[in-house]
Amino acid sequence: MDIGLILNQSITQGLGVQAVIFALAAIGLNVHFGYTGLLNFGQAAFLAVAAYGLGVTVATLGFSLWVGLIVGVLAAVVLALILGIPTLRLRADYLAIVTIATAEIVRLVVRSVTLRDIFGGSDGINRFADEFYALNPFSSGLALGPLTFSRNDLFVVVVGWLLVLLSCLIVFLAMRSPWGRVLKGIREDEEAVRSLGKNVYSYKMQALVVGGVLGCLGGFVFAISSQSVQPDNYGTDLTFFAWAAMILGGAARVFGPVLGSILFWFLLVFINVTLTEAVRVGYITFIDGTQVGQIQFWILGLTLMLLMIFRPQGILGDKRELAFDVK
Amino acid sequence: MNHTVTRIERRRWPALLLLLGVLTACFGLLAAPGNAAKEDLTGEISGVMRDAQGQPIAGVSFQVTNASGFTGSDISNRQGEWVVPIPGPGQYVVSLDPATLPAGVTLTNPERTSLTVSLLSNSKTVAFPTGAADTTRESFLDRFLQLAVDGLVFGLVIALAGVGLSMIFGTTGLTNFAHGEIVTLGALATFVFNNFIGLPFPLAVALAVVVCGLFGALNDWGLWKPLRKKGVSLIAMLVVSIGLGILLRYIYLFFFGGDTEQYASYSGQPGLALGPVDITPKVIIGSVVAILALVLTMMWLGLTRNGKASRAVSDNPALASASGINVERVINQVWIIGAALAGLSGALYSMSVGVNWLEGFQLLLLVFAGVVLGGLGTALGAIVGSLVVGVLLQISTLFLPTEMKTVGALLIMIIILLIRPQGLLGRRERVG
Repeated sequence: MDIGLILNQSITQGLGVQAVIFALAAIGLNVHFGYTGLLNFGQAAFLAVAAYGLGVTVATLGFSLWVGLIVGVLAAVVLALILGIPTLRLRADYLAIVTIATAEIVRLVVRSVTLRDIFGGSDGINRFADEFYALNPFSSGLALGPLTFSRNDLFVVVVGWLLVLLSCLIVFLAMRSPWGRVLKGIREDEEAVRSLGKNVYSYKMQALVVGGVLGCLGGFVFAISSQSVQPDNYGTDLTFFAWAAMILGGAARVFGPVLGSILFWFLLVFINVTLTEAVRVGYITFIDGTQVGQIQFWILGLTLMLLMIFRPQGILGDKRELAFDVK
Repeated sequence: MNHTVTRIERRRWPALLLLLGVLTACFGLLAAPGNAAKEDLTGEISGVMRDAQGQPIAGVSFQVTNASGFTGSDISNRQGEWVVPIPGPGQYVVSLDPATLPAGVTLTNPERTSLTVSLLSNSKTVAFPTGAADTTRESFLDRFLQLAVDGLVFGLVIALAGVGLSMIFGTTGLTNFAHGEIVTLGALATFVFNNFIGLPFPLAVALAVVVCGLFGALNDWGLWKPLRKKGVSLIAMLVVSIGLGILLRYIYLFFFGGDTEQYASYSGQPGLALGPVDITPKVIIGSVVAILALVLTMMWLGLTRNGKASRAVSDNPALASASGINVERVINQVWIIGAALAGLSGALYSMSVGVNWLEGFQLLLLVFAGVVLGGLGTALGAIVGSLVVGVLLQISTLFLPTEMKTVGALLIMIIILLIRPQGLLGRRERVG
């Protein structure tokens, strides 16, 4: 058992690109669910349309990366509008069904053979972020104790965490504004807000757009960090991971999703690498390498269940503030 | 009073663990490690050859080559599977010998008999889609009839799963995202009874249905009932069901593995030609069983005391309880029936698509589409909606590429929500 390797991997990945991606996705979800009470189970779709918007614009159409980023954000806004129009007037569980279905529609469309020339089928799109890496100000990678990043990774991670901080600031400012108070009001009692003359439908739609755009930043980080977009990376599991991160950290708290992502990713990698090492060294013989990877999904499922049952407010949250614990 | 409730709760939490334990024991049988790769050939390229109806095709010859002179080949077996061991990651050309395809089967794109694939990891599955090309020979009406029949058969599978989902929603308000995993359990249990224990297929299905019914009862008794007692909100329960679904799915994957398997019985059954429609006897019998099960369920709901009670609970649990109905017992019965039907759905579905750890989850969205189309919370609505979804799904392949048919069905669900949110047979007041 290489304890150093285990700690090294867990800490590096707990603060690495994956944690950034899930933090951004979960911050967006937090605007949807934590503040407005919308059950969005299609967050992966927002990341996917942003990543594909970027990839298609740059790799297929040949525009610059910066145009691609704008296209990605616009795609997320359009997706939010398309999702919101039929469902925001309906009960919460319909939104859950429609969002999860939409995420699957997006994934099936981009991986289809028919549209292979545009989206690249199941292989996706590759190499479109050279412009981003050309801006890298770091001359070397980072090796700080257990924390090790290559030169390019370091750039992505630093930009990623700056985006996370910026998103947190936006959420913080938005939620203490009158606009944010209306959102929380909708979460607590939609009828009451409506009786005060607010257009609840419009506010929900705005929340869906804002959360979708924040989440789509995660899609950019995902796409740029690996220089590739692949349809199967944007399956329902990505959404569920973001949910687990948000609930673990604490919904309706500015830093809840961030803390949740770091902790959850650290935990997953820690268990994963520990088990892999234990299998390699021979302490554990009844499972093999690929089965270790599946155990992290057991943890995901159990985390979601146990948190919702025993501590729906997560680490930072306030139980009284969460709509889903008020029947 | 309150104290007794908490005490009962406390004692019931271990039931969840028990439930997992039972599952683990069930599938422990399957955890046979299989590793027969040659020393120097560490990777593999594989695939499953199927015709347009999803039936495996045997005897098709495949060849895999790469630039450095490696050559490997295989011929698809009775399950349509073929595997070519390869030296490892890299670029390979996979080619299919069209002369070995059985008569009447053509590739969707006849020019694409060889594909260039690049492997980053050690294994990759390659698919050569078949069908659609020979449809030019058939008249539009013949294709329409064939697809309509396929659609009805598939609709019955969706309906079996949908009725339970809808009844559980009606009586408890729970949108059960783990319902697809009961469907998978039905298929896996049938597979275990049929292939491992060697029971005759009808008996294997019957036992699988019983297993699923028990699993439903255990599900309600060990998890959902305590949550209702605890006063956990419906939205929180929805998220719990998603967590349970993920957990069960990956438990299946852990013990069953990621491959699609065929039942030992009737896997290569030849089809019958009834006029323009090709259909296998097993599908006819399976559909009759499905219709019987649905009719029995409707009779239970409409004629028996407990069935009527379940509809009363759907309408108003408090009032039902006040008029002497044992609400918890009714809910438990609904869970047993709903889960048993879902198990039957999985067992029948896998006759045509094979047994796979993810099949229930993949079916779930279509089940939701059917249930939403018919009206969430009504059993008859679920049946009608599911049949419509099944037929539309198949018919849409006349106009859309086959890989897009799920997209079409899900879009229809979203459009229905736009124009008639209560569904075809739902009541307006159910939607808030």
